[in-house]
Amino acid sequence: MSAIENVAPEDQPVEAVPKRAMTIGSGTSFVVLLLLLIVPLFAKNFIIFQLTMLLIYGLAVLALNILTGGSGQFSLGQSAFYAVGAYTTAVLMEHLNINYALTLPIAGLVCFAFGFLFGQPALRLSGVYLALATFALATAMPQLLKLNFLEHWTGGVQGLVVTKPDAPFGLPMSQDMWLYYFTLAITLAIYIFSVNLLRSRSGRAFMAIRDNEIAASAMGVDVALYKTLAFGVSAGITGVAGGLGAIAVQFVAPDSYTITLAISLFLGMVVGGVGWLPGSIIGSAFIIFVPNIAEGISKGLSGAVFGVLLFLIIFLVPHGARQIAIVGQQLIGKLRKN
Amino acid sequence: MELFTNQILAGIATGAIYACMALAVVMIYQAIDHLNFAQGEMAMFSTFISWQLMQVGVPYWGAFVLTLVFSFIGGIAIERILFKPLTKAPILTNVAGFIALFAIINSSAGLIWDFTIKQYPTPFGSSPFLGSQLISTHQAGMIGVTVLLLLALYFFFQYTRMGLAMRAAASLPESARLVGINTSWMIALGWGMASAIGAIAGMLIAPVVFLEPNMMGGVLIYGFAAAVLGGLTSPFGAVVGGFLVGIFENLAGTYIPGVGNELKLPIALALIISVLVVKPAGLFGRHIVKRV
Repeated sequence: MSAIENVAPEDQPVEAVPKRAMTIGSGTSFVVLLLLLIVPLFAKNFIIFQLTMLLIYGLAVLALNILTGGSGQFSLGQSAFYAVGAYTTAVLMEHLNINYALTLPIAGLVCFAFGFLFGQPALRLSGVYLALATFALATAMPQLLKLNFLEHWTGGVQGLVVTKPDAPFGLPMSQDMWLYYFTLAITLAIYIFSVNLLRSRSGRAFMAIRDNEIAASAMGVDVALYKTLAFGVSAGITGVAGGLGAIAVQFVAPDSYTITLAISLFLGMVVGGVGWLPGSIIGSAFIIFVPNIAEGISKGLSGAVFGVLLFLIIFLVPHGARQIAIVGQQLIGKLRKN
Repeated sequence: MELFTNQILAGIATGAIYACMALAVVMIYQAIDHLNFAQGEMAMFSTFISWQLMQVGVPYWGAFVLTLVFSFIGGIAIERILFKPLTKAPILTNVAGFIALFAIINSSAGLIWDFTIKQYPTPFGSSPFLGSQLISTHQAGMIGVTVLLLLALYFFFQYTRMGLAMRAAASLPESARLVGINTSWMIALGWGMASAIGAIAGMLIAPVVFLEPNMMGGVLIYGFAAAVLGGLTSPFGAVVGGFLVGIFENLAGTYIPGVGNELKLPIALALIISVLVVKPAGLFGRHIVKRV
């Protein structure tokens, strides 16, 4: 074997997204926020529940976006972190009677620690290896949750039932509506945190690693620290989303958190546009509503529809919703000139 | 002692399947530097095809050969249509492509043949092999077919022009192109062969795990574990890794208390991660140096 055979140029994991292209203008953000605030007032409880799930999956996709779009690492194992968050919340609420709002930061911290620790071996892995390790994690997670000696806490195969909280201070709101606004508040806080994180010194370090790991380390970026940090933050946010998901669905069971969930979240990120944070909510809408439509046509079809759409996106609009948004913006600009 | 020998032999039998899956994964990895997450689903689909052929009255070995031909052509078609255009795309796009393929095949197998568990015949029978209680004829058959396959592949790669061209295309694509090898078609050929090898693994393991759309999930994870253990850059390593992982899985299940069937997947996960942490290049892989 010759020596040149063993030297390979570093593959680029994801296409670089400029920092300013990661968010949207304040005008658009304001309109979206207003819509999110007003719509539930005129909607039925089931619709409100779906909107809550939209925000929750949006958070999970956002978390993956920070990891992949920000630091250029892959994860096919987000469902595992989501599951840990959901179980943490469920166990704390049902076994220790802790207030639901307090369980969320705990779920976030537990998942941050879990992600940070899982990120330790992940340090040595890049690209396909990392995808492989996280894929294995996601596949193994349901079996880990079914373990016998955890059964007292996790309820084994049966899972746990979670009680839905009432609106506090006697507010005249249904449980669903209260949970929606509660979720919206948390989502906003985390979104603002994420935007600021990516604009900060740490965010620039993430992006330097994403664009060229060797160059980044040569310029003094602590690659090991920032890679695990990105993993931890991403896992932490996913954990909060998982906790909220457990409260909203009122039920946790091992088989809700299979590799299918991880694939959905990954798909949501690609649809929304890798590295474009507002796209997370579009991706989340996609993974919630498209399966419903597909299942309506034929049972078991959602996987095939997902797959075909994913291929179409890869071939036609590789930057997902961001690309469409940019094209739309340019069109509007042209119309204005005329 | 008999239990121990028994478990080793059973481990070699399942290890043969893991070796096939690992080999299929490594063949594609060598050709395009990506892991085929849909390898298990492709194998599952091929197995369903052979089952369908047998349902309409084709004898076992006829169905076996026809399925191999189908899988070979199918693998080439997938490469030509879906993955050739992605050659220069970033890793993320390729991973997304494999995930999409996984979802499409799994879901359409469910649509065509539904998700009920089906019996799958074995041509070897399941009586004790050569009167010994240690191993069944089907397990012996699994080992036998795999060994034949490995020998055939070895001779193909070592002693034919085509095999040499494929090796050249995998290790130094640019130089291979300069001497007139059509590397693009060599990659397609690699896909076809990987798909056929996967089909063999699927048809051999189906009598054990039963036929259903999710049957290859666990097998694929173990195949990955085997490929990583042997080194993703070494086909020989993948085979050795397969047998080692099979033996390890059986011994761990027998002798470590608390590890039963329910912990099979976590064990594979632990194995993958510990190999990647301790020896990322695997036992026989070569170490790749990255440059800017």
